[in-house]
Amino acid sequence: MPGFEIKDVFRETRVFTTRSIVIAILMLVLTGILLTRLFYLQVVEYDRYSTLSKNNRISVVPRPPVRGIIFDRNGMPLARNIPSYTLEVVPDQVSDMDSLLDELGKLVKLTEYDLKLFHRDAKRHARFDTIVLRSRLTDTEAARFAVNRYRFKGVELRARLERNYPKKKSGAHVVGYVGRISSRDLDKIDKETYRGINFLGKTGIESYYEELLRGEIGFDQIETNAHGRVVRTISSTPSVPGKNIYLTIDSELQRVAEQALGDYRGAVVAIKPATGEILAFVSAPSYDPNAFVYGISTADYALLRDSLDTPLLNRALRGRYPPGSTIKPFMGMLGLKSGQSQVKKITCPGYYTLTKGGHRFRDWKRGGHGHVGLHDAIVQSCDVYFYDLAHHLGIDYMHDNLALFGFGTKTGIDLNGESSGLLPSRQWKRAARDQTWYPGETVIAGIGQGYVLTTPLQLASATSALANNGIRMKPHLLLAEEDPLLTGKNPNEPVILNGVIWRDEDLAIVKQAMIDVTDSPRGTARRIGAGSPYKIAAKTGTAQVIGIKQNERYKESEVALRNRDHALFVAFAPAEKPEIAIAVIAENGGHGGSTAGPVARKVMDFYLLGKEPQQEKDPS
Amino acid sequence: MSDNKGFSIDWALFTGLLTLSVISLFVLYSAGDQNLDLLIRQSIRIVLAFAVMFLVARITPDQLLRWTPYLYGIGLILLIVVLGVGVIGKGAQRWIDLGFVRFQPAEMMKLAVPMMVAWVMVKKPLPATLPTVILGFVVVAIPAMLVIKQPDLGTAILIAGSGLVVIFFAGMSWRILAVLAAIMAAAAPLAWYLIHGYQRQRILTLFDPWSDPLGAGYHTIQSAIAVGSGGLYGKGWLNGSQSQLDFIPERSTDFIFAVFSEEFGFMGSLILLLAYLFVVSRSLYIAIEAKDSYTRLLCGSLAVTFAIYVFVNIGMVTGILPIVGVPLPLISYGGTSMVSLMAGFGILMSAYSNRWFMH
Repeated sequence: MPGFEIKDVFRETRVFTTRSIVIAILMLVLTGILLTRLFYLQVVEYDRYSTLSKNNRISVVPRPPVRGIIFDRNGMPLARNIPSYTLEVVPDQVSDMDSLLDELGKLVKLTEYDLKLFHRDAKRHARFDTIVLRSRLTDTEAARFAVNRYRFKGVELRARLERNYPKKKSGAHVVGYVGRISSRDLDKIDKETYRGINFLGKTGIESYYEELLRGEIGFDQIETNAHGRVVRTISSTPSVPGKNIYLTIDSELQRVAEQALGDYRGAVVAIKPATGEILAFVSAPSYDPNAFVYGISTADYALLRDSLDTPLLNRALRGRYPPGSTIKPFMGMLGLKSGQSQVKKITCPGYYTLTKGGHRFRDWKRGGHGHVGLHDAIVQSCDVYFYDLAHHLGIDYMHDNLALFGFGTKTGIDLNGESSGLLPSRQWKRAARDQTWYPGETVIAGIGQGYVLTTPLQLASATSALANNGIRMKPHLLLAEEDPLLTGKNPNEPVILNGVIWRDEDLAIVKQAMIDVTDSPRGTARRIGAGSPYKIAAKTGTAQVIGIKQNERYKESEVALRNRDHALFVAFAPAEKPEIAIAVIAENGGHGGSTAGPVARKVMDFYLLGKEPQQEKDPS
Repeated sequence: MSDNKGFSIDWALFTGLLTLSVISLFVLYSAGDQNLDLLIRQSIRIVLAFAVMFLVARITPDQLLRWTPYLYGIGLILLIVVLGVGVIGKGAQRWIDLGFVRFQPAEMMKLAVPMMVAWVMVKKPLPATLPTVILGFVVVAIPAMLVIKQPDLGTAILIAGSGLVVIFFAGMSWRILAVLAAIMAAAAPLAWYLIHGYQRQRILTLFDPWSDPLGAGYHTIQSAIAVGSGGLYGKGWLNGSQSQLDFIPERSTDFIFAVFSEEFGFMGSLILLLAYLFVVSRSLYIAIEAKDSYTRLLCGSLAVTFAIYVFVNIGMVTGILPIVGVPLPLISYGGTSMVSLMAGFGILMSAYSNRWFMH
């Protein structure tokens, strides 16, 4: 190689080899040093370090934050934290687990289920982790254990705050519940944020406002004695409590609405039209959320899940019902907007045909309503008028304009899992079913049958928009939030979804017709308006559960109870200056005016007059 | 002389490296809270590092010799650049951020310095004479000073060490060595005043960790407890209470040996040390068999540097050396150091392919 002097290859190799031997010896010496050190630590001093490890005096203990409290609009607690004793075991510190559990079982009640959960959790965690053995000890049990604590090494009695829902079944679908963090939750949450927190919101407000309610974890650096008991706190980072939440719900109104609905399955949604605040949000039947906090047993859960009455389903939010005749006031607005319904009158023979001698779309009144205009068609709920109107408007016009009332889209309420209902159009049918649209389908859509589906929340929101002169406010449950460390609430500002769209004179026509539904001798809900000191604007509705064939007389008594029509009712009051808008659905309730209407009246009476509804007498 | 003698793998060395990588995945699974993401990222790094090794193994020693001065020069420039525009991580400027990858020039110098020193050494016949030795010292000192500036004393010492080992292998006379040792001993008190306060603290802590059990002594105490409580056979995989309960800081990176030793005990540690010893002695053997002095010096240095890493890391974890940021080679979680390490083993593989008796 150029530039390099001639080398003595063998000499160079010898130099390197000699040095390598020196290095190799050095390597062995270093390895020896490390092994000696390891031997010293792990074998000679093993007992000392083993003890140090077991009794590691310094540990970092997470301080879980206090979860925010959920109040109703008047400051009544809907979800709170109550102290509760739990018995916790560190398996690593227990020498004979079976005899320990036997002995413990004599002091506090340990069910098969408790033991099963304990053994399962113990298997899933490391031996030095703390495992909950029993929760919700009674005061007596806690005292009994405290006296005998010295006998149970590795068992701790701890006071924790437990989530509690004082209203139990009432409002369960709004408030929701917290539950233990499951392995599926673990994939979704940040583990650091939840260190030391065992619960998170699973449904309802508890889930939607989880981040507000949760707060932030704090940490204590503590020194413990050999039994793991805290000797002193070395340093401490306090936790930040979660925000308190005030809901728009009036829990008294909620209770009245639930009682008014009685044993019917169904939903009641009441909204303050000017702001979109939800005053009552009922889904029946309901369930007790307290059962979920510490884990509901599989059998109890199966009972709820498999019940034909589906108590876990939030009907107000997710139930999809044909709106039936309750859609007619909105159809009326469309008719007026298009300019057709101001003067148009039709003659109703009791049925409607698209072509002479074609399919007969029947009216609910066999003999027909005679000569009717829009006002009478709403008051008497004439189907034929709206068949005709729908036919002339066309499905796409209906789709685009009914959407202005929020049909077919989620309202954006602050709850997870809202259904958007279904507002059909030509395009929808082609995309979803790959079929063309038939004119007959437009006709029945005009009376809220066929493909049209709405949620009770959508129906209430649309009614509320009508009451608020077409200005649609976003329905919401959060009234205000409050930092428990500061004073003063932080209100949640109302949000406008649609501004002014509809003409005042058109609104006046439809509103007057809705008033006459309850206020005129021919109105379908005249009994609802009877004796009311305030004016009620309303519309009844009946939604078919099964399809009824042509010319076949619908005999209510002959179909199974569950195939009975759903009863619907929408209303707002006082009609001149609406303070409450409401939608009621009673599943299989038959006719809207007779079943759903009284429910709405009781709710409105209570809200507007503070009048407690009279207890209904048991029919048996 | 410069033609490629073909490419073959030293299966013994390869097996040793693979064994260590597999052990790494097991320990990391335990140290990283059984996080699969962490494991996947480390697996990708291992695969990449092995790919780098095979790539480097295809470079012949002669090509390497030719590139040496350029590599060293580029390394120096990058070190200067990093002082100017480097990204600050954990309080020191060590990284160059290229957008898609963050790169630590000091890692490159771990290879470039011994290469450059070997390049200087073989200019004259061995054993190296005093002028050559002095030149070698200069080659070592410049990058070492730059890395100290970052400041990263640990890496600087390792870089300097890898260069000095080359000079030692080159046959620097025992007399010079003795004189140097004497100078260093005399300079030690002076150094005490030159190093940073925290570095001084670390050395003091070594002698009495219990003087500040929650502060400076925390790492040393907790890792000693972890290792000691592991006993003869360990607490079992995933069952180290010190490791799993967060008592050991940096337990996926610098302190991973504490996790290993707590869970697998003295016997496990013995086996791990033997695995390392095997890799080192095999590397040294390849060095002796190498075809020319340059390759020999370089390979010898790589073998010794690797051994130093292991010794410094385990010494630190077991409390016989002060705490310096040196990962446990091939076991600790981390990318850059693994890549430079495997590039080094690539050079060894290349030396093996072109060894002495193949001429």
